Amino acid sequence: MISAVLVINERGEVVMYRAYRDDVTREAAEAFRVEVVARKETGNVPPVQLVDNTSFLHTRRNKLFFTAVTKSNGNPALIFEFLFQLQRVVAAYLGEDFSENDLRNNFTLIYELLDEALDFGYPQNCSIDVLKLYINLGKLREKVKSAEKAKQITAQITGAIDWRKPGVKHRHNEVYVNVMEEVSLMVSADGSVLNSEARGVLTLRTYLSGMPECQLALNDKVSLNTEATLDGAGDVRSFSNVELEDCTFHRCVSLGRFDTDRTVTFTPPDGEFELMRYRIATNISPPFRLIPVVEEHGKTKVFYNVRLLAQFPDDESARNVLVRIPCPPNTARAKPHVTRGRAKYDPAQHAILWRLRKCAGGSEASFTCVVETVPNTKEKPWSRPPIHMDFTIPMWAASGLKVRYLKVIEKSGYRAKSYVKYFSKASDSYQIRI
Amino acid sequence: MMMMSLAGLRKGGGDSKYFSTTKKGEMHELKEELNDQKADRRKEAVKKVIAAMTVGKDVSQLFPDMLNCMQTANVELKKLVYLYLINYAKSAPDVAILAVNCFRRDANDQNPLIRALAIRTMGCIRVEKITEYLCDPLRRSLSDDDPYVRKTAAICVAKLYDINPELAEEQGFLELLHDLISDSNPTVVANAVAALSEIASFSVDGSKVFAVSGSVLSKLLAALAECSEWSQVFILDALATYQPSSAREAESIVERVSPRLQHSNSAVVMSAVKIIVKYVDLIESQETVKSLTRKLSPPLVTLLSAEPEIQYVALRNINLIVQKRPSILANDVRVFFCRYTDPIYVKMEKLQILVKLATDRNAEQVLLELKEYATEIDIDFVKSSVRAIGRVAIKLERSAERCINVLLDLIKTKVNYVVQEAIIVISYIFRRFPNRYESIIATLCENLETLDEPEAKAAMIWIVGEYAERIDNADELLETFMDAFQDETADVQLQLLTATVKLFLKRPDGAKEIMESVLSMATESSDNPDLRDRGYIYWRLLSTDPEAAKRVVLSDKPVIVDDSSQLEPALLDLLVENIATLASIYHKPPSAFVKRTRIPLGSGMRDDDDDDVGLESSDDDDDDDDSDDSDDEGRGKKKKQQQQDDSEDLLGFGGLSVSGGNGGGSGSDDLLGGFDAPSMGAPASSAPLTSRLSPAAAEGLQLDADFARRNGSIYLDLDFSNVSSQTPFGKFAIQFNKNTFALAPSSVNVDLGTSLMQGGPKSRFSVPIVTRPEMAQPGVAPNLVIDVALKNVAVGAINYFKVTLPFYVLFTEQGRADKKGFIDSWKTLGDAKGQAATLRGLVSTQMDAVVSLLEQHNIFHIATRNPAADQRVGYFSSKTTTGAMVLAEITFKDGHDACKVNLRCEVSQVLPFAHEAFQRLLVK
Repeated sequence: MISAVLVINERGEVVMYRAYRDDVTREAAEAFRVEVVARKETGNVPPVQLVDNTSFLHTRRNKLFFTAVTKSNGNPALIFEFLFQLQRVVAAYLGEDFSENDLRNNFTLIYELLDEALDFGYPQNCSIDVLKLYINLGKLREKVKSAEKAKQITAQITGAIDWRKPGVKHRHNEVYVNVMEEVSLMVSADGSVLNSEARGVLTLRTYLSGMPECQLALNDKVSLNTEATLDGAGDVRSFSNVELEDCTFHRCVSLGRFDTDRTVTFTPPDGEFELMRYRIATNISPPFRLIPVVEEHGKTKVFYNVRLLAQFPDDESARNVLVRIPCPPNTARAKPHVTRGRAKYDPAQHAILWRLRKCAGGSEASFTCVVETVPNTKEKPWSRPPIHMDFTIPMWAASGLKVRYLKVIEKSGYRAKSYVKYFSKASDSYQIRI
Repeated sequence: MMMMSLAGLRKGGGDSKYFSTTKKGEMHELKEELNDQKADRRKEAVKKVIAAMTVGKDVSQLFPDMLNCMQTANVELKKLVYLYLINYAKSAPDVAILAVNCFRRDANDQNPLIRALAIRTMGCIRVEKITEYLCDPLRRSLSDDDPYVRKTAAICVAKLYDINPELAEEQGFLELLHDLISDSNPTVVANAVAALSEIASFSVDGSKVFAVSGSVLSKLLAALAECSEWSQVFILDALATYQPSSAREAESIVERVSPRLQHSNSAVVMSAVKIIVKYVDLIESQETVKSLTRKLSPPLVTLLSAEPEIQYVALRNINLIVQKRPSILANDVRVFFCRYTDPIYVKMEKLQILVKLATDRNAEQVLLELKEYATEIDIDFVKSSVRAIGRVAIKLERSAERCINVLLDLIKTKVNYVVQEAIIVISYIFRRFPNRYESIIATLCENLETLDEPEAKAAMIWIVGEYAERIDNADELLETFMDAFQDETADVQLQLLTATVKLFLKRPDGAKEIMESVLSMATESSDNPDLRDRGYIYWRLLSTDPEAAKRVVLSDKPVIVDDSSQLEPALLDLLVENIATLASIYHKPPSAFVKRTRIPLGSGMRDDDDDDVGLESSDDDDDDDDSDDSDDEGRGKKKKQQQQDDSEDLLGFGGLSVSGGNGGGSGSDDLLGGFDAPSMGAPASSAPLTSRLSPAAAEGLQLDADFARRNGSIYLDLDFSNVSSQTPFGKFAIQFNKNTFALAPSSVNVDLGTSLMQGGPKSRFSVPIVTRPEMAQPGVAPNLVIDVALKNVAVGAINYFKVTLPFYVLFTEQGRADKKGFIDSWKTLGDAKGQAATLRGLVSTQMDAVVSLLEQHNIFHIATRNPAADQRVGYFSSKTTTGAMVLAEITFKDGHDACKVNLRCEVSQVLPFAHEAFQRLLVK
């Protein structure tokens, strides 16, 4: 498995180095620097590199290369998942935007985490909540010094339910469900939809006492059909049901149960966690339709005419709508006119940024612009990148997914309240080619 | 409270100050601080040491002081010292042993976290003596009450096996590990499985160590549902090695495994996919197979919305899966459409899969996409996209025309590299579907002048020659290339030659002149043998039998297929077995990049096994080179390459380490023999020796031994220590078996002068070695192995061990030849009595340093000569105890980290040994 974990900065210097096996040496960092860091097009280099029978798997975050080195025929998905998890752990301790200096400032802590997270190159305990119980500020906390407490922690690390400790108490038993859908869309230049899907994340915030068992039901076609057949009758057509293409669950969910009867059954961690992710590809109504006309006139002018149609229900409205309309790299001047919002040319991005703070469902807006370009001596035409859109629509799920109910069963028999919120958003994944 | 402290952590840590220590006298300062009275100061100092270690400074000399800090109740400090130990124990094995007591105490601590920490750290220290002390605590930990300690111990067995497999087996740890599979805690089960799988993969007969049997299977399946994400991966990967006995069993396993496809950790998903793809082959019911393959697609597609790195892993694997089972993902071609914002490496992989999934039904859509990509910015991606269009055309006959139209559209863009790539691709399409799309030739010809890449030129010339009868101005077109004929690449020249001959055969009038001038240029003024040969063949054919020439040159060609991205079925099957491993990323069998290196214990000063590894890997490189070459390189070139490779074989030895680097200074005779052979720079008494006998096998005696040369004689240095014998001992008798070099101990008795008590310090004794003619071993092939028998008088046991003699200890102080004598012998011996080899990765390429290094080992410098400005040749002589003169010529060239060693000796059997000796001394 993993022989060493390195954190390397953009200059190729080793910030952190922890070896787990001695089949690689520190000099390996040098090979990595030459093969990956020193390359001009670093971002284009595949994240798995083989140098002299040594494999380097790397991922970047905050200008740092988190790199795992192995000599074996290891499991690359496992190694990457570990590196991501390691980054999350570090972020949980040092903040999301931790820097090279933050790592140096806390190197004893990082070494302690690396020691706990990986043993002989095999990922062990990467659960942030559990790690925080006994690795904190580089010290075993006072209470862990007693063997009893330590025993509780070790039971949690190795237990089947390592995400929840017994004896949790809350005065109000409540569950907040947050459904966040990321809409992705790809439209070809002739206006046909190449790809549209909604990728949802169900995040739960639970404040429940004891060891509750929860059951979540969605308006998912398959589960409703199973239910209907089980009940013997039951007209399920009244729901506008969704077809889940695929879903993945937090490890607290019993996958066996989901496989047999499609119920999402789980004992939740206390606090916030991601219960499930899903993907829906059928019957997605793209919330915005964009009709672009972009014509190049001669060598010095490009005419733009873009219509934006909000296709979601009238009583909802989108926030922070941003339409990024690309211009040729040799743009000299761009004077956009918009019926609503504000538009401005941004030379750094080679694009006009058209912003609408709020956009109601069913409304319409348009954008026109003449871009003047400096005549280009090169014969290469403009590559015409796609238009990108960012937006957020509160209280609405693009896929039509609904949480039908959330049951909480605990042996003390309390009743828990639950609240559900929906969001749809797009960022970067909403692309319309021109 | 905790939140507050965490918030304060980020800026408040302030550890970075430890990285900025003063340069001069730093070590001394640290030493003092480490021994300070105040615990706080000591802690600060430890942090500084670890910081220095992180940035790559050598702080190994602080070892004893760091050890002093280990005796602490402060866990933070303890962990840092442990980290230091892991890094440096190997460099000071004798001192490291002092840590053992502390480890043993911690392994019995009340706190399970501390117990596990001790076991975990001990396993990481690759020092044999410590390893032996590990056995008892480890055995106890494997049955500890606390699952956390047990799961740590399970992994520790794998560590122990990695260091000393024999010991791990002798002590019965593998059986104990097997018992853990039945543990009540799923995490312990998973770690035991991971450890066993690793051990099995490294041992010669892995299936004996660990094979998933029926009973193990049910335990694994039970644990699978209950354990953490990482544990699930360990278990799934072990399950994948299981061979189901029946279709029913395969089905039921798949049923238990398939819920894992819904896991949010992509590694779990990939490992589940691996099992299902593998087992599907065994399932008979077509219905089940269908539903399973349907089940596989959605999770694979979901992986494509994960992080780009995961996407990459998934795409490389999908590439294999769709080759193996084309029905999976057959309807999902759209999900492989590239986003503008995808990283290039993801786009490239998607492109490959798009071509694989292209069918007549989706061809139009796929082609539109490919056309879109051909206008993007990244040139490599654009080129690959254009090629992909060609591959679709060759694969799908009915869509070929559509492809041609798309390519023509692309040619109209006039973007130079797009046009060139399109022309290359069109030549392939012409080749695949002859006489179908010639109407477009005129368009192609318009772009003739813009071609500047050899491959595109060659393709265009081939088209002109192939369709010469339909291109009115074919002769003019070809003529445009004539002027620069000499400057063209071999490929273009070959194509020009063939095209003009075709033109002549099709339209003899008018083309004769061009053809003749090409023929003469090819045959008379080219030094490319391929071109010359082909020119002569044409010439002879045309002059003897033009009809035969027609039949040869204008014959129908076999149909081409696109197999550029298709893997050999055998390799594909092997790779499918290896889904979710690095092999599936590289599309190479694991044996091509996993080389098992076994690093011996102790200081690592004598890694004998390294040689093999070095050899193996250089062999492999050769294979690669060959296969790359065979496609398009000329034969002459290939042959040359081959020779080069052969010579590389000789020089691919990994080499043995000589610590200390350059000897420094000139090779004065004072240095002679003053240092122990393998560890120059360190006095002989402290040099660690190789372990020869272990307490388990030798009644509690730990014996380390090595040969060395000092003060004009050979010694066998012996380190004795009493590890576990109740009886103290101090008297031994030693004897050698007959050996090639007739060596024998000068005296049979070894009296340490003291009695070694159990657990006491070790004691060194050096046995002077002499040569005795009666010890020679004439009937046996010459070798360097000495069999030694050692009798422990007090215990009454006799033990046997082998010591490999470093050949250079046989070089005597009388080996200096005079210049004239050297030259005479060198000439008389000649090449017949010589052997040459090239050494790479040298300790030094400076002649002075090499001279002083060799002189220390009685290899005497005779002269140096500079035959060229960038070349230095040194001459050396040496003489073995058996009286054989070994003469050496060592050549260095500036800018090369290599040297050529040419050795000559009357006794040819000595040559291989002498070469090995030079390699040991000169190579890092």
